[in-house]
Amino acid sequence: MYKSWWKILSFVLLIYTIIGGFLLSVPALPILHESIRNLYFHVCMWFAMMILFTISVIYSIKYLRTFNHRYDIFAYQFATVGSFMGILGYCTGIIWANYTWVTDQGQSLSGILKEPKLIGAAIALLIYGAYFVLRSSFTDIDKRARISAVYNIFAFAMLFPSIWIIPRMVGSLHPGGQGGAGGNPALNFKDIDSRLRMVFYPAIIGWSLLGVWITTLKIRIQLIKDKALLHEAS
Amino acid sequence: MIKNVATLLKKDILLEFRQQHTFYGILLYIAATIFVLYLSLPDSPEADVWNSLFWVIQLFVCVNTVAKSFLQESRGRMLYFYSIASPVEFIIAKLLFNLLLMLVMSLISLLLFFVFLNNPVSSSLRFTGIVILGGASLSLVFTLMSAIAARAQQNAALIAILGFPVILPQLLLLMRLSKAAFSEVFREGALWQLTGLIIGLDFLVIALAVILFPYLWKD
Repeated sequence: MYKSWWKILSFVLLIYTIIGGFLLSVPALPILHESIRNLYFHVCMWFAMMILFTISVIYSIKYLRTFNHRYDIFAYQFATVGSFMGILGYCTGIIWANYTWVTDQGQSLSGILKEPKLIGAAIALLIYGAYFVLRSSFTDIDKRARISAVYNIFAFAMLFPSIWIIPRMVGSLHPGGQGGAGGNPALNFKDIDSRLRMVFYPAIIGWSLLGVWITTLKIRIQLIKDKALLHEAS
Repeated sequence: MIKNVATLLKKDILLEFRQQHTFYGILLYIAATIFVLYLSLPDSPEADVWNSLFWVIQLFVCVNTVAKSFLQESRGRMLYFYSIASPVEFIIAKLLFNLLLMLVMSLISLLLFFVFLNNPVSSSLRFTGIVILGGASLSLVFTLMSAIAARAQQNAALIAILGFPVILPQLLLLMRLSKAAFSEVFREGALWQLTGLIIGLDFLVIALAVILFPYLWKD
């Protein structure tokens, strides 16, 4: 029981996010209106994705230091669930943009996809797509683990500056980046109303913990599958 | 260390001179691609179209130029290098060689673009500088990608798959920077900020290549 407190925490926080997210009052802003509630879902997906990718890279570094096969499984599974969260982030974003940008501001779909923030997100998903392709092109397990770890570290190191820097250099329609070059990559914490914060911070923690939870289940399945292999290695 | 790097670099350059067919092959590739563009485009394309086509061609030239740098080394020869040089020396020599090769190719393709597709650039000298910077960035990233892809079996296609997402941020910055040469006015200091950013990313790539290559190298 003492080990699963964070699973219970995640469950409670998500229940709170969903109930509070839909029922508590939110500031009324032009264009956004009630769609601002998407903050609790869409933005949290990206947070969870970045956290999972970061954990994946840490395990890749650990793998290269120790050459323990377990860490390779960890890195791979965290990357998988991270990409899944990224895809969910895209889906929630598309639904939101459909009602705010396309109808209210007359943007075309191809114009939306060129948003600097969407480019960063697309690069992240493409990089991890390439990571999975690279993994599947090996038959030798040790070689696969080593080389994909190298690619994971390199790609992540290139991804981070592009996510944090490029969106700051160009103006964007995306909330948090209004006008000029001063925009924040994801959202501006100073702008957030305290009413939003009440649900937003718990939501980030809840969704991230859920991502980690899913990953641990996947890791356990993979560890059982590779049991024979791990015994040989250790 | 420097001596070893110089020797390895000299070996690569010498090899390039001895096996000229690969060099001319890439040259022909550039010429043919640009000729196709010349035939398919209207007589003088707009500056925006010209700019984006130029960088796309640079990307493909780079994939073709740099791709062979690790593929041409046979298993036995890699083993030989392993016994005489350290991985850091080896990767630095490769990075330098590909940098030189890519610079030559970039300048040639720039020249051909000017000849065949007119010259919408308002400040040619500045654009040449940006092309040199861009060629350097592209070659550095693709050298490491080629080293990774050479380890997997079906490599030629893999370089493009691995490299394109990683090069995207730099390519976006370069395209933006090159608008400075098309008489677009930038904010005060934004030009140097962009240039500094690209150079910073280049150094990041070099540092990562030096740190990570030893893990790719041993079998």
